[in-house]
Amino acid sequence: MARIEIRDLRKEFGDFTAVQSSSFTIEDGEFFMLLGPSGCGKTTTLRMIAGLELPTSGEITIDGEDVAQRPASQRDIAFVFQMFALYPHMNARKNIAYPLVSQRMPKAQVKAKVDEVARILGIEDILDRPVGGLSGGDRQRVALGRAIVREPKAFMMDEPLGALDAEFRERMAEELRALHDRMGATTVYVTHDQLEAMQMGDKIVVMNHGVVEQFGVPQDIYDWPATRFVADFIGSPPMNVLEFEGRAEPGTTQVDLGDATVAMPALRDGASGRLGLGVRPEHVVPDDAMPYRGTVTATEYLGTTQIVSFDTAHGPVKARIAADQPARVGDKTGLRFDARTLTLFGQDGRALLSEANEKVLAHG
Amino acid sequence: MAEVQLTNVSKRFGKDIALDDVSMTIPDGAFVVLLGPTGAGKTTTLRIVSGLETDHEGDVQIGGRSMRGLTPAQRDVAMVFQQYSLYPHLTVRDNLAFPLRSPILKTPKDEVEAKVRQVAETLQIAHKLDNKATALSGGEMQRVSIGRALVREPSVYLMDEPLSSLDAKLRADLRVELKRIQAERGATLLYVTHDQVEAMTMATHVGVLDHGRLVQFGPPREIYENPVSLYAAARLGQPRINLLPADLFGQAPAGAKTIGLRPEQIVQGEGEAAQVRRVERLGDQTRLHLHLKGHEIVTVTDAHTTLTGGETLPIRPERPFWFDDRGDRIS
Repeated sequence: MARIEIRDLRKEFGDFTAVQSSSFTIEDGEFFMLLGPSGCGKTTTLRMIAGLELPTSGEITIDGEDVAQRPASQRDIAFVFQMFALYPHMNARKNIAYPLVSQRMPKAQVKAKVDEVARILGIEDILDRPVGGLSGGDRQRVALGRAIVREPKAFMMDEPLGALDAEFRERMAEELRALHDRMGATTVYVTHDQLEAMQMGDKIVVMNHGVVEQFGVPQDIYDWPATRFVADFIGSPPMNVLEFEGRAEPGTTQVDLGDATVAMPALRDGASGRLGLGVRPEHVVPDDAMPYRGTVTATEYLGTTQIVSFDTAHGPVKARIAADQPARVGDKTGLRFDARTLTLFGQDGRALLSEANEKVLAHG
Repeated sequence: MAEVQLTNVSKRFGKDIALDDVSMTIPDGAFVVLLGPTGAGKTTTLRIVSGLETDHEGDVQIGGRSMRGLTPAQRDVAMVFQQYSLYPHLTVRDNLAFPLRSPILKTPKDEVEAKVRQVAETLQIAHKLDNKATALSGGEMQRVSIGRALVREPSVYLMDEPLSSLDAKLRADLRVELKRIQAERGATLLYVTHDQVEAMTMATHVGVLDHGRLVQFGPPREIYENPVSLYAAARLGQPRINLLPADLFGQAPAGAKTIGLRPEQIVQGEGEAAQVRRVERLGDQTRLHLHLKGHEIVTVTDAHTTLTGGETLPIRPERPFWFDDRGDRIS
């Protein structure tokens, strides 16, 4: 249906640069996430793809055609907003039918299409009810129905689940993803929720301050963050970063924290100064034989696992371990880090290339 | 700090029963989290303990003293609501100091300043002390309203979803902080949420409410590992427990209607052939959406599984929970 390419996309609002110079490609049929904190430029990027905002410079091509300076109406894209704006005086059927009626589609055809969409969304039984009386979920389904009924080339969704409570949100997320799997339409989805992005996305762009920090498949981004921002933004709890003053030579397979050396994947780059050693919580294992010491400051029970917080010489460290392993506040122990999984960050906050992450990061 | 005791407390709103004969002891120094969906009676319980709701049956005691007829102010409780209510014309500092300056407490000035600073630092708002309350973001305002409760040392803290308006990172930080403050002070805390992670990570005891009835009360681990009912089992655990027909995997105990399987109660690699429908990579683990004889099953596996979807994966239950036709646990 649609392959969308973004090249050197930039947007300025007066003196403020909302999007610096974004480049990434959304493949046909992908569920694509724009992820970042508020103010990072993700919604502006989405609005530019949809044509609701015209870029200051750069290219947006849809199936090879440059549409960057074209209005929304000429792009064949459907937009689903966080606040599902339905026509309150119409029933669900009329709301869904609206885009078709305004295209002057024959009545019988409209009815057939609306019925089909209602079946896909499982809302056949509410079609004749006024939208005012519907639950939040059903209203959202009607809004989705209105977006998918005209079979656009692509869907743009701006935090469509943001207003829903946690339990319901998870259900709608699953529903949305299942809907996408059935329809296969290219979808660009904005969220600030990293778990939602990991869970639903085929690919993720992580943005911060108008800059694309990383672009790739969820597991790669989680395992091999390109920057400290990504390391911290993705994962709950986030990646631990041990701060230390030191240097690392290309080719080395260990770093010297000053009071302990830690094995890691062979480095391709070197760096010196204020460095950070990144390790995910599930790759930290309490092991009293290890020289790097920590004192337990908190434990958080999560059912299958628990999060144990340690105070260490290079800052706080969190470990995700099995819930049945004993850990009590005040306990002192050594910490073992899974060497194959570590990332070293330079003073500029960028990950140094290593034998482990170069496949993911080398392409930029 | 003090023990809180509810004895046979019931509350009706017209024909609706909001609380149905609830008896519960909140031990001195306990962090009790009431868990349940909207309408379960969590907030009503909190309001009855606080004295905001007085027209109820049964008795509430704080520190062994009946609260009957006492106003919220007379009960020596500190409350934090989901909806922050700050004094808009005052600075953050004055908002935080306000409870300490009450004529009853007469706290010395330097002590007020020290307490305000300490609480502000804990809540990561020390740099905003001189701002007007209205010049804060929603998350900051909520931290100030939590801080305003924490500067005091009442018999009991009552909190109604105080973290729900904050973003995920801050919520995670404050969970640890709240827990630490409560443990350090030996404070008694009654806390309402529908966020199960808050319940599991902070509570010494969880009270599970179902349509106004207290159906289980105990440490989070006990409720997770030994739920009394299907309802209680479904309150904790992510992904949620799988609830399936008892005979889906063959033989079931007499009287069993439903088998309950948390991810760790599903052995992968042997048993009934399930289809892998969808593979969700969450980073630290991977969620598998399986299909077995017309039923959806969600479980977890290694982060770097080679499964991609479309495969067949045999699974079998391991020490499952069994529930009868009323949803009560039978083994």
